[in-house]
Amino acid sequence: MIGTIENRDAFLSKIAQQLGRAPKTELAQPIWQYQPQERVLKNATKDELVEVLVEQCKNIHTDIVLTDTANLTKDLQKVVDNYGGRSVVTWRDERFERYGLTSFMTEHWSQMGIQLYEWNPAQHEENIRQAEKANIGITISEITLAESGTAVLFSSKNKGRSVSFLPEKSIILIPKSTIVPRMTQAARFIREKIRDGEQIASCINFITGPSNSADIEMILIVGVHGPIKATYIVIEDQ
Amino acid sequence: MAMKTSDDLFNHRVTKELDNTFMRGAVSSAQERFQTRRLLQAAELGHWEEWRSHGEEIRKHVLANLDFYLYQLSENVAQRGGHVYFAQTAKEATDYIKGIAKKKNAKKIVKSKSMVTEEINLNTVLEELSCEVIETDLGEYILQVDDHEPPSHIVVPALHKNKEQIRDVFKEKQGYDKTEKPEELALYVREKLRNEYLTADIGITGCNFAIAESGSITLVTNEGNADLVTALPKTQITVMGMERIVPTFEEMEVLVSLLTRSAVGQKLTSYITTLTGIKEEGDTDGPEEFHLVIVDNGRSDILGGEFQPILQCIRCAACVNACPVYRHVGGHTYGSIYSGPVGVVLSPLLGGYDDYKELPYASTLCGACTDACPVKIPLHQLIHRHRQVIVENEGRAPVSEKLLMKAFGLGASSPTLYKMAAKMASPTMSPFTKDNKISNGPGPLKAWTETRDFPAPNKDNFRNWLKQRSKGGEQ
Repeated sequence: MIGTIENRDAFLSKIAQQLGRAPKTELAQPIWQYQPQERVLKNATKDELVEVLVEQCKNIHTDIVLTDTANLTKDLQKVVDNYGGRSVVTWRDERFERYGLTSFMTEHWSQMGIQLYEWNPAQHEENIRQAEKANIGITISEITLAESGTAVLFSSKNKGRSVSFLPEKSIILIPKSTIVPRMTQAARFIREKIRDGEQIASCINFITGPSNSADIEMILIVGVHGPIKATYIVIEDQ
Repeated sequence: MAMKTSDDLFNHRVTKELDNTFMRGAVSSAQERFQTRRLLQAAELGHWEEWRSHGEEIRKHVLANLDFYLYQLSENVAQRGGHVYFAQTAKEATDYIKGIAKKKNAKKIVKSKSMVTEEINLNTVLEELSCEVIETDLGEYILQVDDHEPPSHIVVPALHKNKEQIRDVFKEKQGYDKTEKPEELALYVREKLRNEYLTADIGITGCNFAIAESGSITLVTNEGNADLVTALPKTQITVMGMERIVPTFEEMEVLVSLLTRSAVGQKLTSYITTLTGIKEEGDTDGPEEFHLVIVDNGRSDILGGEFQPILQCIRCAACVNACPVYRHVGGHTYGSIYSGPVGVVLSPLLGGYDDYKELPYASTLCGACTDACPVKIPLHQLIHRHRQVIVENEGRAPVSEKLLMKAFGLGASSPTLYKMAAKMASPTMSPFTKDNKISNGPGPLKAWTETRDFPAPNKDNFRNWLKQRSKGGEQ
């Protein structure tokens, strides 16, 4: 479906008139004089970026666990236990299988009495109901920004936005291969997709730790409308 | 609430706010913290001046080509199923949004923080439809519950209130029975609002940066409320000031990096959310219907003129946090939702000199705002220019200045008044001067000097001093 556009011509004509020229319908790519963003963490290795990420997690009230695929289930279990178990909602994402988590989450957790709900594009209302009552939401980062400690999530029908927002606790799996210096690289990656004519996700979220606010007397409160606690699990995947 | 937040006289507001000791303490400690964090982040990032220059060149380029980027944005939003409405006036914008609310038979609307919707007085218009409009940003919610008190800071709207006052507001209005601990207050609001997101008919947001190339809007938040406002209701309406746009994701990234550091001293806030169009097929969350309302409301009149640089503003409030006048008088004194130096420049342009003629005098012209601005808006120069325009072109001086002029012994206003006033300042101030400080000044100085001394003008003005000096006179 293509949306409607109303009142555009008069609106843009007024702008052009104020700028003292005819309306512009074409424009060459701007060439910038300054590009300071290139310099940040320019020659850092992946391991150095992991160090930066670990350090930054201290500033954003986020726990971080470094692990590999062999130890992932054990380490994930620790975090889930620490968060009080009970109920977990996850995306429907083939990467869980790739990291050997699918059977662990379905079989092991059901034995332990941890309720698992996997996002289901055929059940809209149930998805929200489950995400709303789940204790923990688990998602996977597409791109991870070392400088700011940020996981980038792309929504889709199998990867609901609510999984990272409605549950009280958020666990984000971070494949080590997804770590880049900063938002600059993520923006460039997304822009390349757009240039290639790819449809970008309706929601791309740059998530940095749990929700927080300093609206009351400038005192930091961790946990407001979104998750109250957050853990990143970095997986050595290469 | 509209942009204008008070019908009281400027001088009365100054006097009232100067007496508000909690507010003054809160503002000065907040300024300290904001400033320290901003400077730390800038230092850690490195090459801050270059970042500012890049921010500035992006904003200037966008303003110079604003019609092109708005065209591109609207095409791309429509491609992704969104409707775009260009509104010249506040009324056109609110009429359009009212129309959607009526069509949807909306009973409940949740909102995330947005200055432009305050500016166009959207909540009042929607409430006239007997729609319940719920602000979900913690600070905004507190003010809304407290009988729609106006915000006093662009980023931290309830900065003037302490936690005990907030507890009492919830207690009195909603029967809150817990303590004044910020965590308990926040948890209370979390629980209170959770169900509202789930049952709202429409979600309304502002827009930090629209991205022309992809037709996306970017929301910069910490609380997570904007994400729930846009994920759960079936209809989403985003209202943006027409200048809040960047060419691509790459420039968005640069401006967000500048914004979060300058606003709150964070590398990034908890959520930088970019939303493109309506939800995709099979998506559970996200809107089925999306409307982008692009608002002019006086902005195009600024474009092409000498005040154009104010449209570079990315609403970080670094200037507010650096301003010595704001520190003393707080946000409510400005009588506008836009306070501090940005408010001093913007409010008279959007709201007219009639209501805001005193604001350009609520500045020491020290230039701290200009130094703090991440996109290099020459704020103090624009403030100075307002004063010139008011006195010279408008043919009138603000009331407060009239008093000042009277004290100077000068009657009518004239273009040379300013120069004369500067020259005459020292002799005419002498009756009020003691130990080289003015402690009981006339006109607008009165309110100031009741609580603090104002440095007396030099006995000699600079030009005379220089003349004397070059002749080998007193130094």
